[in-house]
Amino acid sequence: MNTPDLAKLIFGRLTLEAIPYHEPILLGTFAMVAIGGIALLGLITKAKLWGYLWKEWFTSIDHKKIGIMYMVLGIVMLLRGFADALMMRAQQALAFNGNPGFLPPHHYDQVFTAHGVIMIFFVAMPLVTGLMNYVVPLQIGARDVAFPFLNNFSFWMTVSGALLVMASLFVGEFARTGWLAYPPLSGLAQSPDVGVDYYIWSLQVAGVGTTLSGINLVATIVKMRAPGMSMMKMPVFTWTSLCTNVLIVAAFPVLTACLVLLSLDRYAGTNFFTNDFGGNAMMYVNLIWIWGHPEVYILVLPVFGVFSEIVSTFSRKRLFGYASMVYATVVITVLSYLVWLHHFFTMGSGASVNSFFGITTMIISIPTGAKIFNWLFTMYRGRIKFEVPMLWTIGFMVTFVIGGMTGVMLAVPPADFLLHNSLFLIAHFHNVIIGGVVFGIFAAINYWFPKAFGYKLDAFWGKCSFWFWLVGFYVAFMPLYVLGFMGVTRRMNHFEDPSLQIWFQIAAVGAGLIALGIGSFIIQLYVSWKRRDELRDVSGDPWHGRTLEWATSSPPPDYNFAFTPVVHDSDAWWQMKEHKAERRTEGYLPIHMPKNTGAGIIIAGFAFVFGFAMIWHMWILAGLSFVALLVTAIGHTFNYKRDYYIPAEEVARTETARTEELANHV
Amino acid sequence: MSDMHATSATGAGQKLQFWMKEDHHPANGTLLGFWIYLMSDCLIFACLFATYGVLGRSYAGGPSGADLFELPLVAINTTMLLLSSITYGFAVLEMQKNRKGTMMAWLVVTGLFGAAFLGIELYEFAHLIHEGAGPQRSAFLSSFFTLVGTHGLHVTFGIVWLITLLFQVGKHGLTAANKRRIMCLSMFWHFLDVVWIGVFTFVYLMGVLP
Repeated sequence: MNTPDLAKLIFGRLTLEAIPYHEPILLGTFAMVAIGGIALLGLITKAKLWGYLWKEWFTSIDHKKIGIMYMVLGIVMLLRGFADALMMRAQQALAFNGNPGFLPPHHYDQVFTAHGVIMIFFVAMPLVTGLMNYVVPLQIGARDVAFPFLNNFSFWMTVSGALLVMASLFVGEFARTGWLAYPPLSGLAQSPDVGVDYYIWSLQVAGVGTTLSGINLVATIVKMRAPGMSMMKMPVFTWTSLCTNVLIVAAFPVLTACLVLLSLDRYAGTNFFTNDFGGNAMMYVNLIWIWGHPEVYILVLPVFGVFSEIVSTFSRKRLFGYASMVYATVVITVLSYLVWLHHFFTMGSGASVNSFFGITTMIISIPTGAKIFNWLFTMYRGRIKFEVPMLWTIGFMVTFVIGGMTGVMLAVPPADFLLHNSLFLIAHFHNVIIGGVVFGIFAAINYWFPKAFGYKLDAFWGKCSFWFWLVGFYVAFMPLYVLGFMGVTRRMNHFEDPSLQIWFQIAAVGAGLIALGIGSFIIQLYVSWKRRDELRDVSGDPWHGRTLEWATSSPPPDYNFAFTPVVHDSDAWWQMKEHKAERRTEGYLPIHMPKNTGAGIIIAGFAFVFGFAMIWHMWILAGLSFVALLVTAIGHTFNYKRDYYIPAEEVARTETARTEELANHV
Repeated sequence: MSDMHATSATGAGQKLQFWMKEDHHPANGTLLGFWIYLMSDCLIFACLFATYGVLGRSYAGGPSGADLFELPLVAINTTMLLLSSITYGFAVLEMQKNRKGTMMAWLVVTGLFGAAFLGIELYEFAHLIHEGAGPQRSAFLSSFFTLVGTHGLHVTFGIVWLITLLFQVGKHGLTAANKRRIMCLSMFWHFLDVVWIGVFTFVYLMGVLP
């Protein structure tokens, strides 16, 4: 065998050509990432933190630590996704009057695809999953999730997916197809390079994690609620999490199947979505939106729960219309499966089909509207405290209603024929995703941060972050509505008509304001850490909360609750406070806990290698890593000693320290 | 309002219990979780069935199901899988009687029936590819191979799991953990049987109709 054959056998289609050393932007990014990465690794090594990180975090099966790691992943990826957004805004603001801008179409197309994929799968998903992971077990009075090991494994699979997307930046290239990779553009004939393969494998690897974490949280909520907590006594955030995870379990397999079919077309030469041999590309569009529309609600339902918790806490009132809130959530869950076709009214399904999906889409605005009214009535005559989480909530209510109304406009098929794939659509979904999901996540971070770390976040920088984001959002996206009405389409790297430029320049200013908002958030984290002694909360209940997560210390001990809470009301902790329920200080029992394990990160590491090898057609490496993955997974099932007991004395020690702390503070 | 009444009815005078000393250990969380997983897997098959439903008549000038399928062979294949489900049932009965040896024997029989099923399926695939009716030939064949092949992959995975389980039962006996695993694999195995009934009916029986 001669050398080129051998190289091909080992490296597949990976050659030195794949490293983009001739592209200055990428090279600069790579240099920055490399320097930053080496500095970070060096610092960790110097501080001898590797052992600590491995033992206490990477292999941890504690839902609280996994939740925090999800949040860190989401925030890091937000920086990447937002850098893409800035580049697009700058390119479109510059590229007029003969100026080609700095991003050629080949590169621009990768940037908008990566932006969409990263923001949905590796920013919004980790952030909402992280929140649910952290908060749900505490809210239902449980020690952990139903399957703690799977939880760790799910997290690392999400990380592996994110790493694959990041790798595409420096090795090869990413898809140039838009975030849903419609065929035939994403088929082998039109996209023969590795871009779409990066897309497929990063989503497949991360998708395994998402599905498993969905199963995990459904089982947790159904099986592990504290005694007395009937379904209609669950906190609303737990309710929306339950519906979200039902949606995950019922939607992500469709994405998996759809991407499997696309990869078979690309790898095995089948004809599912090809133009000839009987293939049908529109089937891909249907399948991916049968996943894609529920996905929208997977992102937004948890933050509806967040806002419900925040509104009632900061209005010092029981949530208005608890039962209607629950029913509205369930109705949205069901309806989210009946609207997918509104993403492609222009496909030509005919008037009756389009009418059906137009009407179902409009119907969804009814339960959503009910929720808005419930929040408003909760605030009505409440004693509202305008803390940072509450600011985000009010910003959300105003912004989301606007986004919802433009959504109803798009739901009208004849109007959609004009607005389809225009910047109006782009403005609409950013309006609901930023105004809903992003605002909700910042509200949640400000709300639950003191629970996770024991000190509040600095309010000044929190308010800066809020106002920059809010104003920035309107400045960035209102011009896009205007442009959309003028017929300007999405996914173009430049336009010929010079009269459009001013709108793009305004939008770019808006993006700059949002950048300040993100910067303020990072400063907020740093300043709060610096001032952590002043901001310390020893009560465990800094906002006078209503639900069980505020009944334990901040941060909570590994076992969450020394004694199992017994629930009599949907606002369980509020009721305990009203009844002046005494803290039990004796009679501790040993607590049964799951043990940490490295299996999750190792299997996910092999999944990363497997994905990378498949992308580059390195068949030998792919085979080896797949076998290694299987062997590790099977090997893990031979481990029967997965739990241990925290001795009663240790529980007593922790709890006594807490009792003293509480006594000293009051 | 009713909530407020509820609070006042249980009133401040009455003492509610808010903390419980004992751990609250829910039973059967694993079986529920596994059920949910099976339902998610079921959706993957649902997508593949739907795909077959859309593309199943797109022959692209190539052979149709009526040209290709040999029902006697499929009948034997189906029998193998159905028998394996019955023998798995016997294994579970033995497990409930705590008879480790016979339980393992029935598991081995189950695995053998499963392997026979796979063998026949592979033979059928090889035969079709040899005739020029491979998955690349038409959208119909793409969806046929993918649907049936995905089921076959599941059976393969089930057999790997079954062998693993044999080792584990051999080593640790019929412990609570192993019984739970046997029950999970049992659900998985019967689930594949149900899916195959769908494949047999919609793909093969309806496929040979003109």
